[in-house]
Amino acid sequence: MAGTTCTCNCSVSNLTGEAKIEHLLELYKGNPSALIVVLSAIQTELGYLPKDWMVRVAEELNMPLTDVYGAATFYAAFSMQPKGKYTINLCVGTACYVKGAPEVQAAIEKELGIKPGETTEDRKFSFNLVHCIGACGIAPVMTINGDVCPKVTKDTVAEILSKYE
Amino acid sequence: MNTEVLNIIREQSKKALAARLGEGSQDNFQKHVLVCGGTGCHSSGCQKVYDKMEETLKATGLDESIKLIQTGCMGACQLGPVVMVYPGEYHYCHVGEDDVSEIVEKHLKNDELVERLFYTNNDGELQPTMSEMDFYRRQQKIALRNCGKIDPTSFEEYLAVDGFKALEKVLTSMKPQEVIDVIKASGLRGRGGAGFPTGVKWQFMADNESDEKYVICNGDEGDPGAFMDNAILTGDPFSIIEAMTICGYATGATKGYAYIRLEYPLAIKNFRLALEACRKNGLLGENILDSGFSFDIEVREGAGAFVCGEETALMASIEGKRGEPRPRPPFPAASGLYGKPSNINNVETWANVCPIILNGPEWYANIGVGKSKGTKVFALAGKIVNAGLVEVPMGISLKEVVEEIGGGIADGKAFKAAQTGGPSGGCIPIDYYETSLDYETLAELGSIVGSGGLIITDEDTCMVDLAKFYLTFTQEESCGKCTSCRIGTKRMLEIMDRITKGLGTEEDLALLEELAYIVQQTALCGLGQTAPNPIVSTLQYYRDEYLAHIIDKECPAGVCDIKVKKKAAKKITA
Amino acid sequence: MATVTVTIDNRQIEVEQGITILEAAKKIGLKIPTLCHMREINEIGSCRICIVEVQGARTLQAACVTPVYDGMVVRTNTETVRQSRKMLLELILSTHPAECLTCLRNTNCELQTLAKSFGIDEIRFKRVTGKMVKEDSIDRSSPSLVRDPRKCVLCGRCVAVCEKVQGVKAIGSVNRGFDTVVAPPFDLELGDTNCVNCGQCALVCPTGAITEKDDTAEVWAALSDPTKHVVVQTAPAVRVAIAEEFGMEPGTLGTGKMVAALRILGFDKVFDTDFAADLTIMEEGNELLQRLESKQNLPLITSCSPGWIKYVEHFYPELISNLSTCKSPQQMLGALIKTYYAEKENIDPKDIVSVSIMPCTAKKFESARDEMNASGYQDVDYVLTTREFARMCKAAGIDWDNLPEEEFDTPLGISTGAGVIFGTTGGVMEAALRTAYELVTKEELDSLEFTAVRGLEGVKEAEIEMNSVKLKVAVVHSLKNAKIVMDKVKEGTADYAFIEVMACPGGCIGGGGQPIPTDLNVRMKRVAGIYQADEQLPIRKSHENPAIQALYEEYLGEPLSEKSHQLLHTEYVERDLFTNAPAKKEEKTAI
Ligand SMILES: Cc1cc2nc3c(=O)[nH]c(=O)nc-3n(C[C@H](O)[C@H](O)[C@H](O)COP(=O)(O)O)c2cc1C
Ligand code: SF4
Ligand code: SF4
Ligand code: SF4
Ligand code: SF4
Ligand code: SF4
Ligand code: SF4
Ligand code: SF4
Ligand code: SF4
Ligand code: FES
Ligand code: FES
Ligand code: FES
Repeated sequence: MAGTTCTCNCSVSNLTGEAKIEHLLELYKGNPSALIVVLSAIQTELGYLPKDWMVRVAEELNMPLTDVYGAATFYAAFSMQPKGKYTINLCVGTACYVKGAPEVQAAIEKELGIKPGETTEDRKFSFNLVHCIGACGIAPVMTINGDVCPKVTKDTVAEILSKYE
Repeated sequence: MNTEVLNIIREQSKKALAARLGEGSQDNFQKHVLVCGGTGCHSSGCQKVYDKMEETLKATGLDESIKLIQTGCMGACQLGPVVMVYPGEYHYCHVGEDDVSEIVEKHLKNDELVERLFYTNNDGELQPTMSEMDFYRRQQKIALRNCGKIDPTSFEEYLAVDGFKALEKVLTSMKPQEVIDVIKASGLRGRGGAGFPTGVKWQFMADNESDEKYVICNGDEGDPGAFMDNAILTGDPFSIIEAMTICGYATGATKGYAYIRLEYPLAIKNFRLALEACRKNGLLGENILDSGFSFDIEVREGAGAFVCGEETALMASIEGKRGEPRPRPPFPAASGLYGKPSNINNVETWANVCPIILNGPEWYANIGVGKSKGTKVFALAGKIVNAGLVEVPMGISLKEVVEEIGGGIADGKAFKAAQTGGPSGGCIPIDYYETSLDYETLAELGSIVGSGGLIITDEDTCMVDLAKFYLTFTQEESCGKCTSCRIGTKRMLEIMDRITKGLGTEEDLALLEELAYIVQQTALCGLGQTAPNPIVSTLQYYRDEYLAHIIDKECPAGVCDIKVKKKAAKKITA
Repeated sequence: MATVTVTIDNRQIEVEQGITILEAAKKIGLKIPTLCHMREINEIGSCRICIVEVQGARTLQAACVTPVYDGMVVRTNTETVRQSRKMLLELILSTHPAECLTCLRNTNCELQTLAKSFGIDEIRFKRVTGKMVKEDSIDRSSPSLVRDPRKCVLCGRCVAVCEKVQGVKAIGSVNRGFDTVVAPPFDLELGDTNCVNCGQCALVCPTGAITEKDDTAEVWAALSDPTKHVVVQTAPAVRVAIAEEFGMEPGTLGTGKMVAALRILGFDKVFDTDFAADLTIMEEGNELLQRLESKQNLPLITSCSPGWIKYVEHFYPELISNLSTCKSPQQMLGALIKTYYAEKENIDPKDIVSVSIMPCTAKKFESARDEMNASGYQDVDYVLTTREFARMCKAAGIDWDNLPEEEFDTPLGISTGAGVIFGTTGGVMEAALRTAYELVTKEELDSLEFTAVRGLEGVKEAEIEMNSVKLKVAVVHSLKNAKIVMDKVKEGTADYAFIEVMACPGGCIGGGGQPIPTDLNVRMKRVAGIYQADEQLPIRKSHENPAIQALYEEYLGEPLSEKSHQLLHTEYVERDLFTNAPAKKEEKTAI
């Protein structure tokens, strides 16, 4: 079996949303090895992996639905639930851990009333733990929708979160 | 594109870069201002600094004579955002938006230095330039040679620092076997963890006949606390592309994959831009430099699984499957991606290839110590003053790295131990503070160089808690395929949990040790086989800390939350 | 073939290059314990039970996936190895419910056997399971199988069989790490999926995590109800396997004792599905001739395997019209019992309980299909697998060794050699050819054995000439092989007139309801038993079965008559690709 042949990078394409997913399904029709590429695109474009789309992926790539679901539940980047408006990724990598990430985690949990992997009821915040985002020099760090917050402490959590409406 | 055209562009580019290469400006741009755009500085607000700088230069009309560039990581992330001014390698630290106009007014316009933004070491010595700074002085940058020095998205800037010279040399004057022989003779070993001789690996692949072969760059960088691969992919992507292409030529592969961790969006972006530039300039694709050799590379983003750094799992992931490792043999060199011969190397390994080709294997083999040749990039972090990326010759002492480069322990505390090799590694206690950092010595001490995570701990760190931290990580990242790791690490973690809560017993400790040994011995892949290492290593050096938790119901470092009351000694009544 | 010299437990042997340590050890009489391994099907090295010491290796190596090399030195039974295996078992058991006494696999469970051999006398860990495994997570949704994820050791054998042998992959690994489970996708239960109920997963599962759905209680109840007339039929493949449940060699012919046992259990009549197999040949043979004449819906594809039928309904709906409209023999006999037999004996069909003993879990599903009530009642009320039947015998204290040999009841117990070979791959084809040849050419066959369609090769082809017309036929078993042939049919590159498909590897002798273990060796012995049974029978061609001739004379008229159609033929349902639901055309599947 040959690999996927796409060489022009997706970042180049200006398609977004469902149109982009459709484009990929067309491009990789009958090619199960593109599964992760396609699922990643769905995750990015739609924020989660809706069931109907996973069924479509299985049909179009010509593979068992079991394999689609198996991969979807294997990788931490995929989620079956719609995400909140803001996604907080708190780094609990080693550097951040030894510099107090656990305390920050506790503060976020307290502030939002959710555990890692959960989303607040008002769908405002989703909270995840990640392991090192390559910013160990300014540990502990967290990102909120990609914005990096350096040297977070348990006391600055509330203030940082209050900036997100 | 042929070599002639390439060299014409290179010469032009060199002129444009002369101010930075210490040769004095050869064009209109008298000064170059480099704003670090690495992940660390990004997090501390370098984008605003860059924007402000751009705006100010425009407003003052200086944009005609001063070149502004955003680079990859310079290494001193703790000091970020970093701004460098050439000529002179002036290194401004912690530059804020508000500092920009002062730098422009004083330094750029009037050649007056802004001293308050320079680095001062512990002894109060002001160190304005890179070559003066303790942090950089003892480093030797090979893998990181271009990081922080060039615009990572510019094909021309890469050419100016001798980019694609190695590829040109290989394609025009070397046979594939000669390339492999050079890599072998250099003594380069894999920087992804296992330290396997790179040339030997290439040879295996070259020796396997096949209609299709693959070259893979392992950019999954899973060790939580290592970030050199990120820095290289973000700050010098062309060098990886060039090295992979050289390997393709040497081993007979025509297709490459760069598997990059999803958590590194900037690395993915820059790498893709670099790929595009290479294709546009004919350095990827059909008939590269008229040599008849064709090669192309595709980026694959990870999807959040540490185990996908393991080579067979990584290939499963590229194939669109769950990232579960499979038993080896067959090794990738015989049957890898899509069952075809494949060669996989770590980002930092790739980053060493071009200098070796250009400077010769002897040059490289003369750096380092014993069987550990060349340099190693360490991600220095934890309770250290100057956290960041440091590239040092193998064989340098731990103490030198911590004290002289790292500026010692933060907040005036005392060094306790260094944890190397991340979740697969172990710790080096103060008794071995002067140990040499190389593959063999660290292995003797029960740790590993691994991917180069170097976490410094101080007296406030509980070693039991730290070991538990790593085990928590590996347990969560276990793929679940094999019994040993799926259930074994879980049961170990339960015991560690009891111990850190003051609920552990001495039987628990015995069971933990038995489990650790059996998980190491029986797990299918490296993740499980090394998951117990942090525990085994801390038990070797800090058994008393474990016993304090178990018998005295006490965490000596005061980290663990022990609620159990120590049993009052039984009163003996007559 | 290149050979290498290896030393295993101080014994030096020369073996073929490239074989595993496990295979090499076998040659010197060592059976290294395994759990996840299935030769050529599941070679993933996941359970680690088979680990051994290899000199020079950093860690222990899994014998089942590690190839030998020249000069290799292996130790399979050191203190470290024993201690490690014991710990691995202890770890597995620390997630296991250990309900042996109430488990269908009690005394025939690989995990239990391992625990016993290693003398596991204590589990030093508290039982904690992954978060997807709940005490109430037993899946009873399938008419054929029960999944108990609590007992799953994640060996992956079922997944490998379902994927690589059957090409279905209704189940697979879900989640990762400690929370991994083997399950259908999403929150679907097995009965809601495209599972074809073949039961191959249950056959290979080393534990009680996937088992047949047990229907013995209902049958006991019917047997003890004096108002019911309880009739039983037994499939061809059961007679060559049932004796294994009583410690006999695979392939031992147990027909006579089986009939006696059924009478002891209290069945009022003991009939033979082989009779209906003969009948199938009459109907299907004529259907073939008809289609050849009209040149429509060719190739004709057999329909006696309900696992296969469901597979077509999900994966090849466009080939439904190629399927024979004949019901399976079980269902033909079921329909006749409640009509022909009931009329003949003057019994109200509502008082008849029709039971069948099958090698097959899919037959449980088949008997419950909506189409299967030609008599106005469900034609077959309960389907028991060979294993369930054996359990009933054991509960009743039947002493197999001392059973007499008895004969089936007439007339629905009269059958031929052609009927019995239905139990193995190639059998339906051979039986059909025996009859078709003679009906078409009006000549007697010199030799009844069509060896080209015999054997356990995945795809078999043959060509026969009848009245100078050449007919190309194909025989496949296991659904993955069927897929190969069906793709050709779909593309129009197959020039077969007739294709026999059996869902299970080896055909029904390897059915999902057969005694455990069923492996290649066992299958071959059962196949031999089947052909032995064929040879022993006085009549070996379906059209010569006197009871069949009488049936047509007295009741059906002729093959493909209206009455035949009403009782013996059926139709099929187009199903969704991934779920059990009927296909909704042009609409996105909702799960
Ligand atoms: C659990 C696990 C995780 C790994 N993660 C990485 C990784 O993130 N990056 C990497 O380069 N190698 C990683 N490796 C090592 C790779 O399997 C492989 O040995 C390496 O990429 C080979 O490249 P090298 O020879 O250049 O070191 C990992 C190994 C294991 C067992
Ligand atoms: S998926 Fe489409 S847009 Fe994306 S890189 Fe490939 S061809 Fe281009
Ligand atoms: S380590 Fe390097 S790349 Fe990372 S943030 Fe620091 S300077 Fe930037
Ligand atoms: S050791 Fe862990 S990660 Fe590796 S295969 Fe086994 S379960 Fe998976
Ligand atoms: S699966 Fe085996 S070990 Fe588990 S309860 Fe059943 S018989 Fe016992
Ligand atoms: S063997 Fe022991 S545990 Fe099992 S049923 Fe008999 S008495 Fe009970
Ligand atoms: S019964 Fe057959 S189709 Fe269904 S899960 Fe088991 S093996 Fe797969
Ligand atoms: S259900 Fe049975 S065969 Fe399947 S993985 Fe679990 S234990 Fe193995
Ligand atoms: S081959 Fe036989 S046992 Fe298997 S599904 Fe078909 S009828 Fe049942
Ligand atoms: S450990 Fe947190 S960014 Fe690296
Ligand atoms: S990111 Fe700026 S110095 Fe590292
Ligand atoms: S039998 Fe070898 S690992 Fe399971």
